[in-house]
Amino acid sequence: MRVARGELWAGRALLIVLMAITILPFISIFTTALHPSGTVPNGLDWPASPQWGNFVQAFHVADMPTLLLSSTFIVIAVVPVSLIISTMAGFAIGLLRIPGATVLLFLFVFGLTLPFPGIIIPIYILERTVHLYNTRLAIVLPLIALYMPFAVFWMRAHFVNMPSEISDAARVDGASTWNLFWRIHVPLARAPIASLGILMSVWTWNQFLLPLVLVEDPSQRTMAGALGAFQGHYATDIPLLCAGTLLLLVPTLIVFILFQRQIIAALLQGAVKG
Amino acid sequence: MVTLDNRPAASVASRRTSLNRGVRRETIVGWLFVVPALGMYAVFVLLPLLLTILYSFYRWNGVGPMAWVGLKNYVTVFQVPDLIGTIVNAFWLVVWFSFIPVGLGLVVASVIHRVATGRLGEIARTVLFLPQVIPLVAAGIIWGWLLALPGLINQILKAVGLAAFARAWLGDFDWALPAVGMIGIWVLLGFCTVLLLTGMTKVDPALYESARMDGAGWLQEFLAITVPLLRYEIGVCLTVTVIAALAAFDIVYVATAGGPGNSTAVPGIQIYMIAFTQRAVGLASALAVLLMILVVVVIIPIQRLSRESAE
Repeated sequence: MRVARGELWAGRALLIVLMAITILPFISIFTTALHPSGTVPNGLDWPASPQWGNFVQAFHVADMPTLLLSSTFIVIAVVPVSLIISTMAGFAIGLLRIPGATVLLFLFVFGLTLPFPGIIIPIYILERTVHLYNTRLAIVLPLIALYMPFAVFWMRAHFVNMPSEISDAARVDGASTWNLFWRIHVPLARAPIASLGILMSVWTWNQFLLPLVLVEDPSQRTMAGALGAFQGHYATDIPLLCAGTLLLLVPTLIVFILFQRQIIAALLQGAVKG
Repeated sequence: MVTLDNRPAASVASRRTSLNRGVRRETIVGWLFVVPALGMYAVFVLLPLLLTILYSFYRWNGVGPMAWVGLKNYVTVFQVPDLIGTIVNAFWLVVWFSFIPVGLGLVVASVIHRVATGRLGEIARTVLFLPQVIPLVAAGIIWGWLLALPGLINQILKAVGLAAFARAWLGDFDWALPAVGMIGIWVLLGFCTVLLLTGMTKVDPALYESARMDGAGWLQEFLAITVPLLRYEIGVCLTVTVIAALAAFDIVYVATAGGPGNSTAVPGIQIYMIAFTQRAVGLASALAVLLMILVVVVIIPIQRLSRESAE
């Protein structure tokens, strides 16, 4: 492609400036985290004597191992169940085209734009009544349900485009509906299921409103929920808050760097298809 | 269908009864596949949705007796400045969370598309996407510090001789909302850029080639090719970011909690505060219903526009 040399460099410069703007906030909280606990440093000053111990202190104060376990537990409880039931529903609506499929699809699509704050109050009251409140299940169950509009819509989009010859051939061989689903179509749907799994894992890990309202105990929350509680306690101790925030971001950053291609692809597809 | 038509009539009839039985069985089995998803959705989304609407007609503290008040809660929302103001604030956030990231994202993406292919483009894609994968709460905490009086933003302003502008951005009645908007730009710009860039790579390169042969500069190329052909992607970006603005909660809660005063209060925050600290469940539910209607009313035209142009 022919582009003027000046334009080329101007474009690259713009790009580098943008990357700097994206990265600078992280560098700022990193240098701040190294200042003595309780002080109020400037935004981007390298400390006279870096206090690496702040990370150790934040690790203990935030109780990182418990948080990691709690968040992981919630993701493991939410994602596989959501994947299975949404794939089943998408299969029935998109491929089996059961009577009422259009109405069902409409019902699920209706929930796509539903803002979480809109229905959080009755969820809180319901969970208080049935004593789910302040347990991890209090986050898990509504989260599975809240993912259904998107997940069913997503899986249906896959199944609706599957050629019917595949199913017909299996039918002739006498496969039951369940076998048709489990042995033939689930393996074929591996790619969209994987992307959906990545999406829902990221959303669950980062979910904040549900843990905030439904679980008082930070050690039973998601990582984002725990981070909110951590901020509530240490808002005045800036270096410790920064150290804790960075620490709680480490798992996300590691996973993002390892799986960046898949995560970016999944999040983009998620937006485009939703 | 063709094979069925070729069969003798009698055999078709006998086959049809067994087919009917099979079809009915298959319908039941098919519905069983939907039941788990539908059940969860009904109990934890549709039921709460109906209950929110129901609560909105009552005065209720969440535990005691409920008193029917009709539309009074809705009237209150429209009359009290602190409540209707949240909806005004939400629309201001749309400017920051949606218009700026999408507009700027278009420009940046088209620049990257023209000049930065290869390694730099790939690194930029990853880096710019980073704010999209971290929790919004973390973005709120990080920026809460950057925008504080001793924070990085003021440090930069002082360094470039604009010390007079330095202030505690999130504590300033006039500047808190734009400051929250800044956080939104930081979070959403990379996402929009990468999404639009992906759309651009799908555009036939020959179009750009021939435009450049004719000596088209960046601006002509941008207006004549990029924007019209990316209408669908632009629609997607608008949908995602407008919902992020209208239903904002995490960033605002962490960065300002709606303050100072109510200058950054958005519906999500106010619903939470009214329901869980003031215990006015009915009033909070009325605001929740209005928020849900608002999102649908704003999103439908955007969807319609981008879908139409895609077809």
